[in-house]
Parts: sequence; C-alpha cells; structure tokens
Amino acid sequence: MVDGYLRQSPLAHLHLDARAANDINVTDAGLMLGERRHVGMINLRGEPADPAFAAAVKKAVGVALPDGINRSSGKPLSIHILALGPDEWLIVCPPGTEDSIFGKMTKAMKPLHAAVTMSSEARTVIQLAGTDARNGLAKGCPLDLHPRAFGPGQCAQSILGRADILIHQTGSNAGSSDASYDLFVLRSFAEYVWTWLEDAGREYGVKVFSPAEK
Amino acid sequence: MLLIPCPFCGEREESEFHQGGEAHIVRPKDPDELSDAEWADYLFLRKNTKGLFLERWVHLHGCRRWFNMARNTATNEIIAVYKMGAQPPKAAINKPPKTAVDKPPKAVGKGAKK
Ligand SMILES: [Zn+2]
Repeated sequence: MVDGYLRQSPLAHLHLDARAANDINVTDAGLMLGERRHVGMINLRGEPADPAFAAAVKKAVGVALPDGINRSSGKPLSIHILALGPDEWLIVCPPGTEDSIFGKMTKAMKPLHAAVTMSSEARTVIQLAGTDARNGLAKGCPLDLHPRAFGPGQCAQSILGRADILIHQTGSNAGSSDASYDLFVLRSFAEYVWTWLEDAGREYGVKVFSPAEK
Repeated sequence: MLLIPCPFCGEREESEFHQGGEAHIVRPKDPDELSDAEWADYLFLRKNTKGLFLERWVHLHGCRRWFNMARNTATNEIIAVYKMGAQPPKAAINKPPKTAVDKPPKAVGKGAKK
C-alpha cells in the first residue's frame, strides 16, 4: 500500500479542481466530467457456487455479491461490488477505507479457494454525468448503451476509443436523457480517456466538476 | 463487424474479442515418445478449413474469458458458442453449413415465370 502523502492522481497535472472552480457557473453543458480520486479497489476471485464464499464476502464487506455477471451491488458512493466475470469481482470502496476492507477480506477468504488483490493504484475513476453523457460515451464505445440494454446497476468491461475501460452506470433520471457513469480507467490511459471525453463532449458543452465524496 | 455472443456477457461487438486459433487440440500425454514431425504437428500445424470450424476466442477487452465457437469460416455464421472444456453441441455440428456461393436469386416481377 502506498503512503498517503505519496499518492497522486494520474490526472493531477490537469488541475481539475481549478477547472471545476472556473466552470462552477456553467449551466448549459451537456456533458459533465469529474475525477473521483484514490477510490479503493480490491480484486476478488473465488468460487460463486460455494455458498460459504458468498456468505463470507457479505460478512466481511457488508454487501452481497451481485446477482449476475456485469451487474453491481451496493451503493455507488459507498461500498459496492462489480461482477467482472464468472469468478471475478471488483470491490469498490470510498477513499481511505480500502486497507480495513482488504484486511477483513484476506482473513475471511483464508479457508476458501479465493484470491484477494489490492488494486487501488491501478485505476482512477472518471465520473460522467449530464444529458449527453450517454451520447458522448457512445461515440467511442461498442456497447449498446440504450436504456433498454444498459441501465443503472449494470457494469461492463469494454473499450473507449483505444483504451480498455470498466463502465458502471450509477444513475439515470426517468423521462430525461440524463445518465451518470463511473468509468474505471487504467492509470496510464487516464489522460488519454479524459482528453478523449473532452473532445467527444465539445458539441454538447463540457463542464468539469469535483465529485463529492461521502 | 460480427456480433459475438460471449457465453458470459452476451452479445458484444467483435472489436472486444480476439480469435485464438483451432480448438480441441490436446497436448500429447508423453511428448518424449513423439517424433519431431509429430511434435511440430501438435505445436505449429493448424487446419485452415473453409466451412464449419471449431475455434477458440477470448473476450479480451471484456470479461477476459476464453471460450469455443463453431463458426462457418466462409459465411461468418456463428453456429454455436460453448465453454472451454465442453464438447461442441451436436446440433451445431450436424447442421449443414451454408456456403459462401449463394444460388442466384429467383427472378421476380415482370417476366418472371410463374
Ligand atoms: Zn465476456
């Protein structure tokens, strides 16, 4: 684990807080972009058919495993779990809580056939919101993002532009085109994805914001 | 662009996948017993079938899992996908593959024979 004072976002050089302060009065942007920094992420492999496994995860994390692959459980700003594959999950938790959850998880998984890996530093999270969040994302992502195919509580690993991403739809507003997403982006691709999104959003107007943490 | 039904994620675009060559190649139980030619055959030589072909695919930019596919290499028709370690579904294999050369379309409209 990294010492707190050494931690730096891969987008630190873009000075996003200063840009957010500058954009605070922008009201006509269709695409809102912000970075959630230092979000805790723990990769989990295990046997979902083993009832002891699911029970142990729920006990240690406080959130049950999602119902199926490419689904999420828990609350987006609090601890949540994304199902990445038939035997793989990503436990996502608020900044600063990952060490304690990692400790609980390694202890809980010890008697089981499972693997727990801290991967917080591997990725950062870009938040996407606004009336054109879906349109902007759809420009470079082969997923079907239409509400009939992809909605809140669903996640998927896919491509954006030329980068691998993990998308989690966190919200939508009934009766409007509003949608919000968390994009989990590998560190070395973070600047590429961020600038790609800014470019994609130019026709809708882009507003940079500083996401609130609990 | 193909729409490929990943056995885990459902239909996704081809750009998320990678093809991994011929499926169901079994590693010889005792490699020391093989001649160089037999070993080379196991290691390097693959079929290049026109028509029904059993091959491996990986959902590289998605769930990153490998799976098998029965595909007609001439028409790109995906006949079945099935998990690693499984045998191809019989129904898929017995289905006569469509050929790339389609029959000329039937004449329609004026002058068409009834
Ligand atoms: Zn998949």
